[in-house]
Amino acid sequence: MMLEIADVDLHYGAAIALRSVSLQATRGEVTCLLGRNGVGKTSLLRAVIGAHPVTRGAIRWEGEDITRLATYDRARRGIAYVPQGRDIFPLLTVAENLETGFAVLARGARRVPDEIFDLFPVLKTMLRRRGGDLSGGQQQQLAIARALITRPRLLVLDEPTEGIQPSVIKDIGRVIRLLRSRGEMAILLVEQYFDFARDLSQSIAVMERGAIVLAGRAEELDHADVRRRLSV
Amino acid sequence: MRLVLFLIGLVLLPAFARAGDPSNAYSAFASGDYDAMAAAVTELAAAADPHAGAVIAALQAGRLYATEDGALLIRGDDGNYTDLLSGKPVAADEDTVKKIRMNNAVRRAVEAAEGGLQLFAADPATRRAAAETLFKSHDTAALSALTRARAKERDPSVAEAMAEAEAAAIVMSPDAPEAAKLHAVAVIRARGDLEASALLASIPSPTPAVAAAAHNGIVAIQRVLQLWDVAESVFYGLSLGSVLLLAAIGLAITFGVMGVINMAHGEMVMIGAYVTFVVQEIIRAHAPGLFGASVVIAVPLAFIVAGAIGIAIERGLIRFLYGRPLETLLATWGLSLVLQQAVRSIFGPTNRDVGTPSWMSGALPLGGLTITLNRLTIILFALAVFAALMALLRYTSLGLKMRAVTQNRAMAAAMGIRTPWIDALTFGLGSGVAGMAGVALSQIDNVSPNLGQGYIIDSFMVVVFGGVGNLWGTALGALLLGIVNKFLEPFAGAVLGKIAVLVLVILFIQRRPRGLFPLKGRAAEA
Amino acid sequence: MMRVSFATLAPPALVLGCAVLLVLGNVVPAASSPFHVPIFAVSLTGKYLAYAILALALDLVWGYVGILSLGHAAFFALGSYAMGMYLMREIGRRGVYGNATLPDFMVFLNWTKLPWYWYGFDHFAFATLMALVVPGLLALVFGFLAFRSRVSGVYLSIITQALTFALLLAFFRNNMGFGGNNGLTDFKDIAGFPLQADSTRNGLLLATALALALAFLLARFVVLSRLGKILIAVRDAESRTRFLGYRPESYKLFVFVLSAVIAGIGGALYVPQVGIINPSEFSPANSIEAVIWVAVGGRGTLTGAIIGAVLVNLGKTYFTSALPDFWLYALGGLFILTTLFLPRGLVRLFEAKPVAALSEVPATKARAA
Repeated sequence: MMLEIADVDLHYGAAIALRSVSLQATRGEVTCLLGRNGVGKTSLLRAVIGAHPVTRGAIRWEGEDITRLATYDRARRGIAYVPQGRDIFPLLTVAENLETGFAVLARGARRVPDEIFDLFPVLKTMLRRRGGDLSGGQQQQLAIARALITRPRLLVLDEPTEGIQPSVIKDIGRVIRLLRSRGEMAILLVEQYFDFARDLSQSIAVMERGAIVLAGRAEELDHADVRRRLSV
Repeated sequence: MRLVLFLIGLVLLPAFARAGDPSNAYSAFASGDYDAMAAAVTELAAAADPHAGAVIAALQAGRLYATEDGALLIRGDDGNYTDLLSGKPVAADEDTVKKIRMNNAVRRAVEAAEGGLQLFAADPATRRAAAETLFKSHDTAALSALTRARAKERDPSVAEAMAEAEAAAIVMSPDAPEAAKLHAVAVIRARGDLEASALLASIPSPTPAVAAAAHNGIVAIQRVLQLWDVAESVFYGLSLGSVLLLAAIGLAITFGVMGVINMAHGEMVMIGAYVTFVVQEIIRAHAPGLFGASVVIAVPLAFIVAGAIGIAIERGLIRFLYGRPLETLLATWGLSLVLQQAVRSIFGPTNRDVGTPSWMSGALPLGGLTITLNRLTIILFALAVFAALMALLRYTSLGLKMRAVTQNRAMAAAMGIRTPWIDALTFGLGSGVAGMAGVALSQIDNVSPNLGQGYIIDSFMVVVFGGVGNLWGTALGALLLGIVNKFLEPFAGAVLGKIAVLVLVILFIQRRPRGLFPLKGRAAEA
Repeated sequence: MMRVSFATLAPPALVLGCAVLLVLGNVVPAASSPFHVPIFAVSLTGKYLAYAILALALDLVWGYVGILSLGHAAFFALGSYAMGMYLMREIGRRGVYGNATLPDFMVFLNWTKLPWYWYGFDHFAFATLMALVVPGLLALVFGFLAFRSRVSGVYLSIITQALTFALLLAFFRNNMGFGGNNGLTDFKDIAGFPLQADSTRNGLLLATALALALAFLLARFVVLSRLGKILIAVRDAESRTRFLGYRPESYKLFVFVLSAVIAGIGGALYVPQVGIINPSEFSPANSIEAVIWVAVGGRGTLTGAIIGAVLVNLGKTYFTSALPDFWLYALGGLFILTTLFLPRGLVRLFEAKPVAALSEVPATKARAA
């Protein structure tokens, strides 16, 4: 199944943030979106999950045109989001944060699978802790776990390594690799940290000033060129 | 005062030639000698003669008659006569019996005797009331009667009242021994109320020991009274706070989840009050026996009616103004005008009568405090509603979703939570709770179309003060505002007190612009 | 600098022109002529124009700075009370109790001396000054406290409402010395001119129209100046403006005080034409009604405020006499319909293209990608 972004424009008021962006994400692959600060990566992700309307173009998911669909309806179609800044519900406990994922599940399926704690063992010890009291790395793991509860078929991650200590970055990388290898979901990843992305991704797109300037399979791209576009 | 006269009469008794013999006393009535009659009345009462009451009553009613040979008769309603002493009916000729009249002296003696008799009356409540009166008048002439009455007294609470009256007389009498006076001061101090305090302050020429004891007594009593005053303010503060809590909690929830201030919230309260009115009208007309349950029936009904209206408002108006909290404020203000006018057209502009069921009426005395049952019920009700809401938020999935939306709407949507649906339910819940508040308010306030307007500003203050972080803020805010209001009242009066609270909240907001328990960021920023 | 454009000059000219026409229409044709303007229409228009001054003041803070003040009628009422106090003192011996210094209600309360805060109000100039200073001072204190603590949005609106409500309660008290729930009334003359006389009423209408015109020009000047641009920046993106080095608090405070002073002027002109000032002018409902005048006309346009004030009050006058029960429905409906369907007001219906700066910033704000 595929995510297809076709020729999308996006504006904030009168200012244009995305220009004719086209991108695809395929199941079983990690697609990585790279670029400096302010190029429009987060805007594109927000368009995908429906947090901001597009002014032109279309977004299709699993064959359905979801361009006009509300965020929660997209979530119910298997799109999960791990935002930059994690957006953990600060006053909810870790357990409750996870339980917010139940909203899209059928009544009988509303349990936290043990596997989540296999992937993120640290969460098991903190179930009663308030989300806002967790460290950055712990919050990031919680955010990913929370997204996974919804059994997504598209996982959208916005700079998951930003502000995280290296050991946790490794863990996150491992999780993403594992999820990719299962072949059940498409993973759309936004990163600034090229080394992290390079090992994980099959497909890479580089953005500059709201448009995609470089795109292709990871092994085919000129890494030096990519690095150059990422440096300040 | 009559009591005093009676007792003076008692003291002066020896001055009269006739003494001690009741039969002699009775013959005085037939004699026509008014002074003798007055003395006889006093004597009979002092001796607690069993027929004294009958004589006095008959005299006052003008039914006492004397035969030519001095026997006393009482004339009944049917015109027949009974002998006073034996109680047997007597045939008597109208022409031969003479009605015994009173002059003023006799009348005074009769009135005084009546009062004094009461110390020995059959009914303990009467005895107690007589003792109370004597305490207040603290006339020293009462002493011997009181001592005698207290010796005969079997009822402990009446005996206590008599002891206090006795102590009052002792303490005010110039020639009682110091030891007796000190003991009396202790008794009065134990009584502990304002009158006791005033009495202790007015002891004539006390010795140093007595003066010291009295002073300590006054201080102790004042301290206790102050504590009771504080307790009373706290109770009324809690009562007001619980009303504010009920009125405001729905608003706080709505504001927290949706970031909108519903200016029609007061009208939801008003609608709840009118639901109570309608329920009571129906019960009065068709099932009057159910009146005691009227309030209990009205509560869930008001919740449903107000809640349904709330959901309708959200779906029909609020959701079109999503993301524009200031316009929502204005639109809901307009709605409140419409709702008020609608209720005015249906029910009329005047106050409607909502009654209080018997189990909620009356009061519970608690030491120096009078706890009115309706306010107590409302406090308990508010606590119950608060607990129920906390449970809803904490333990149900709807509650979890509401909290998630409050804390981060966008992320909640990204988790698949249908935010429009949560909005509608939240608004319905907030309005429903307001409706229930209206049922409570109908018990302590007038039910009119303007009812809501009286509470809307206060509700805002509670929400602004308490913050929207969690319900505890609302609860704390409401109770604090209620108590502060009630504590300011004795100093500043109700109106200035209210103004002071408003000013205090305005100033408080400067320090904490998001209230006691704020939530970071969020929709509160317009 | 203010561009001397059509948009700037036309509205005040129109207002003045209409006022002059009305006065002429009252003075010149004979009473029986169909062109005669009855004197009550003159006073009524004067009242509308006084309200328009309030609406203008509100548009300044709401339309251009984004402060939804739900208590602005308080400044208007304070101005009315200031002028009212002067008018009360002018009654002098002609009052019911015939006391030269003390107004009737004070005699009724058994007061023997004039309270200190009434001193000076026997002078017209002083009263006028107070009508400007008192609202301005209140706005200064309140605004300083509020803006410095960054109280904003709904919270700010609520405490402005609390402010006017507190004043309502205060002025209702009989022993505050402002006439209690009866207010100040029974005025005889202003600066020597008898209030009942047609000539005075005509004069008052012209004065009000002039004040409105000047207030409009002043507001235009502020709004079109560099200061005005900063205000709009503050309204639309306060944090960003702060990061650019400006202090939004100071700008907000300045406009808030200016607006209060203008409202006070409106109030001062209102009371001699209406003949009474009582505490219900402080009621939150009055302030919120003023908001709807601006909303209906079109906020952020200044002209819209004037048009909205006149139109809505015309409607109110008509409905409250013809269909009194219906008026509240109509007013409530106006609030609802305007916010739903006419959020930018009547005046903007005739605008060529939407002005982006005045559109509501969406709830999901832009984040740097």
